[in-house]
Amino acid sequence: MLKIQIPTPLRQYAGKQAAVEVKGSTVAEALNSLVRLHPDLKRHLYTDDGKLRAFVNVYVNDEDIRYLEKEATQLKENDNISIVPSIAGGSREAGMNSRSARTLIRQMICPTVCCPACCCCQ
Amino acid sequence: MNSAQPGAEPAASPITCVLMLKIYQPLHDSLRRHSEETYPHECCGVLLGQIADGGRVVTSIARCGNTRDDSPRNRYHIDPRELIRIQREGRDRGEDIVGFYHSHPDHPPHWSQTDFAEAHWYGCSYVITSVVQGKAQATRSFELTGNDETEKRFVDESIEVAPEPMGRMP
Repeated sequence: MLKIQIPTPLRQYAGKQAAVEVKGSTVAEALNSLVRLHPDLKRHLYTDDGKLRAFVNVYVNDEDIRYLEKEATQLKENDNISIVPSIAGGSREAGMNSRSARTLIRQMICPTVCCPACCCCQ
Repeated sequence: MNSAQPGAEPAASPITCVLMLKIYQPLHDSLRRHSEETYPHECCGVLLGQIADGGRVVTSIARCGNTRDDSPRNRYHIDPRELIRIQREGRDRGEDIVGFYHSHPDHPPHWSQTDFAEAHWYGCSYVITSVVQGKAQATRSFELTGNDETEKRFVDESIEVAPEPMGRMP
């Protein structure tokens, strides 16, 4: 049997289990087996046209399937598959230019003074 | 519940917090210290503990490296392999991933559109510490509510910093 680790936000669609045992000789078969067991998982893992969502990382043991054979990656008995939604972000808004970022910083440091040349910003 | 707007501290808007993140004081101090140590770059890490009705209890944190070498002052990304290891080690201790933290160097402690677009762990807390000129300022937390990409929202939640260590929620 293979074990698929389910991340916290998706457990509610997998019978509240942290891991689900499935069968399959490839990643695609294992994931198909998973969504047959737990159909509510499907829309969280796949787009409407059947592709794995971009933010859903699938690892076999410690290897990203994107760098193996993707969903055609062959599996061995006792392989551990992990579904890991990506963790990323950052302070700057997409499209914020450096001038608006500087203005925001000035307002944080010196919220009451109208820059450009107050004591905080020189 | 209020869903907040990105980009600026919503000081004038009333914040109604019914959600809560409970965290032991030294862990809270540690994630804030992490934000100062990596300044002017963003820090990032994982919150582990238990999810229960009404909130999340953090019983340990795991510092992570920021893989965004191209733009570390205003972007962060956690290597999924690091996350898998942290998840595995947490599981061995009886802990689940309940949230994440990162810093906003010289930016407000409020989620950005980038944070929102990249957030996919529904039901988890996203903790943000503002760091100004190397000093940690406010730390705030937002729960990613909703069940999918179309209905997700960040909702303010209060942070209860506990002076004593916390075990599992009853």
